[in-house]
Amino acid sequence: MKYLDEYRDAPAAEKLLRQIKTVVGRPWVIMEVCGSQTHTLLRYGIDQMLPEEITLVHGPGCPVCVTPVEAIDQAVALAGRPDVIFVSYGDMLRVPGTEKDLLSVKAEGGDVRMVYSPLDAVRLARENPGRKVIFFAIGFETTAPANAMAVSLAHRQGLDNFFVLTSHVLVPPAVDLIAASPDNQVQGFLAPGHVCTVTGYREYETIARERRVPIVVTGFEPLDLLQGILMLVTQLEEGRHEVENQYTRSVRRKGNRRAQAIMTEVFEVVDHKWRGIGLIPRSGLRLREAYARFDAARVFGLQGIACQEAEVCISGLVLQGVKKPPECPAFGTDCTPEHPLGAPMVSSEGACAAYHAYRRQETTDFQNDEGRASARQSRRQPEGWPSVVKDAGERVG
Amino acid sequence: MMTEFTCPIPLAEYPRVLLAHGGGGRLTQHLIEKMLYPSFENPLLVPLHDGAVLPPDGGRLAFTTDSYVVQPLFFPGGDIGRLSVHGTANDLAMCGARPLFISCGLILEEGLPMEDLWRVIVSIREAAAEAGVQVVTGDTKVVDKGKGDGVFINTSGIGALLPGLDVGPHRLRPGDEIVVSGPIGLHGIAIMALREGIDLETEIRSDTASVYPLVEALATAGLDVHMLRDPTRGGVSSALNEMAKRSGVGVVLDEEALPIPAEVEAVCEILGLDPLYVANEGNFLALVAEGQGTRALETIRRHPLGARAALVGRVTAGHPGVVVMRTKIGGQRVVDMMSGEQLPRIC
Repeated sequence: MKYLDEYRDAPAAEKLLRQIKTVVGRPWVIMEVCGSQTHTLLRYGIDQMLPEEITLVHGPGCPVCVTPVEAIDQAVALAGRPDVIFVSYGDMLRVPGTEKDLLSVKAEGGDVRMVYSPLDAVRLARENPGRKVIFFAIGFETTAPANAMAVSLAHRQGLDNFFVLTSHVLVPPAVDLIAASPDNQVQGFLAPGHVCTVTGYREYETIARERRVPIVVTGFEPLDLLQGILMLVTQLEEGRHEVENQYTRSVRRKGNRRAQAIMTEVFEVVDHKWRGIGLIPRSGLRLREAYARFDAARVFGLQGIACQEAEVCISGLVLQGVKKPPECPAFGTDCTPEHPLGAPMVSSEGACAAYHAYRRQETTDFQNDEGRASARQSRRQPEGWPSVVKDAGERVG
Repeated sequence: MMTEFTCPIPLAEYPRVLLAHGGGGRLTQHLIEKMLYPSFENPLLVPLHDGAVLPPDGGRLAFTTDSYVVQPLFFPGGDIGRLSVHGTANDLAMCGARPLFISCGLILEEGLPMEDLWRVIVSIREAAAEAGVQVVTGDTKVVDKGKGDGVFINTSGIGALLPGLDVGPHRLRPGDEIVVSGPIGLHGIAIMALREGIDLETEIRSDTASVYPLVEALATAGLDVHMLRDPTRGGVSSALNEMAKRSGVGVVLDEEALPIPAEVEAVCEILGLDPLYVANEGNFLALVAEGQGTRALETIRRHPLGARAALVGRVTAGHPGVVVMRTKIGGQRVVDMMSGEQLPRIC
């Protein structure tokens, strides 16, 4: 397919891999910040094609994964109200709260609907004046402008039955936290290309300078990632720590000014709790006072919901790149995509889901079809792989 | 098509299905005698009789059942009626059988426009003719408004096993070659694009069709077919995983060879879905003995329905129970069973 196949070209990939092998001289630990990058790396088997010197660790860039359990519990509480239509992006529906997820609320009779755009939620509010429509506005700087636009639109249309439950997070404070941590092992970052399309990358320049780490703004196709890795390894080998932009077809240094303007108009920056990581100063967004009447948390008084995380889950360490999913005692046993204990096992962008889907913990390279599985790295292999298709969801048959 | 037939129920009198149409009284009889019986007319279908009496066959029979609850009821390339015939006929074909007879159980929701029911019935009639099956028995129930979703259909089917064909998980062997008979992902993406209001320059049409003629062609060509599977719900990936686990063999797929239409790929990219998990209704996977893949491919391609068939992989002794794909850029990954449902992602 045009505009995609060009970035999935085998000879070009081979060439980049050869260049990476030529450049690399020492072992390096690299973090790809965004969950979509993690998935491309595993989906195309890039992690196994790289030279052994390069270790990839997976970052916190999965919006579903870092949404705190309190927010899920608030969503569950609101979605169960008979006067409410609760509207969400698809992959939030299965994220476990303390007691249940949104799909369970739907099964119990709650009016929970999935949309692709927050503007659909505004439309629902307009079409259902007798009901309260609450949109679960989560995500990074990628979804924030559209969510801001939905609030702004509801404001202009004078809707009094549209609300947003926000849990918006910002990437640079999290990258800075990881880079500044005393335990940090990450020597270079692949910054998220789509976030930078909105925000630009000036904030990353401060991090690169202050923490002395190279950062390459990188796209999401196989060739983007290989090129990003090549640029990062080149910097590391040369002892540089700059911000470079691999994703030039989408990202400008100053970003998308109009998107930034609507975000700033509607949201203000606040301290925010990240699931599995904790409170990060000035790392979240909430509605400004002028838009407070759209803020579900304030309007519906959702304080004091007691919540609890699964104790065994190590998603915080996974999200910070300290541990890999198969190192979790629950991975593939108590925690599976069918019964997730932590959010990274749910989202299509979560690292645990990626490892589970592409079976990376087995780490056999399947070059050898006759079963003499050669272990590239040995890791624990969980027993009893689930092989159940629970629900096809879409009624296509 | 529909022009040869007009709805026999006077629409002015009964514009919508009423509870009484399933109540067993005069209106039920009216529906059966005016609409259903004339549509499906054949010597074995006796109106108001409790069942069909079938002629003895002597050979081995295949028997299957499936229920259809698709939403929306009408979609590009087909509708629930067409799907309910082809789906069951294809299940029989996947047993290596020639589809002969089907039953048709209708569960209608009160208030369903009579015109919609008529369209579904005409589709069933046309699809049955295409698939070479006779509708020999049926049932109609009506549920309260709000308790159904327009129309649900259950069809069961009986087919006669083709001589010389022995297919099933027990026959899979390392070395078997895997042919997919047509493009991947069309049905599921046609439904999703319609439901999500995704407008494309070219309309994506469901592939719903009876694949029996292709199976017959494989049998007639004398190919040693080991296994047949239609990758409906859960898609190609789930079908291959089930086979690999059941038979204790591995599967290797070649991503480059998969016949995924550009428009399917495009919608999957937009929604964050994987075409390998998307439902199909008009293709199947044929696993044939080592060395016969190319001949099987040529045989299938000779038929219009198989024009886009492709040789996509093979069975291995290594990594039993696991499906591995060589990716387009030369890497490899495990293609696992789908977990839960595919949920569109945020960004």
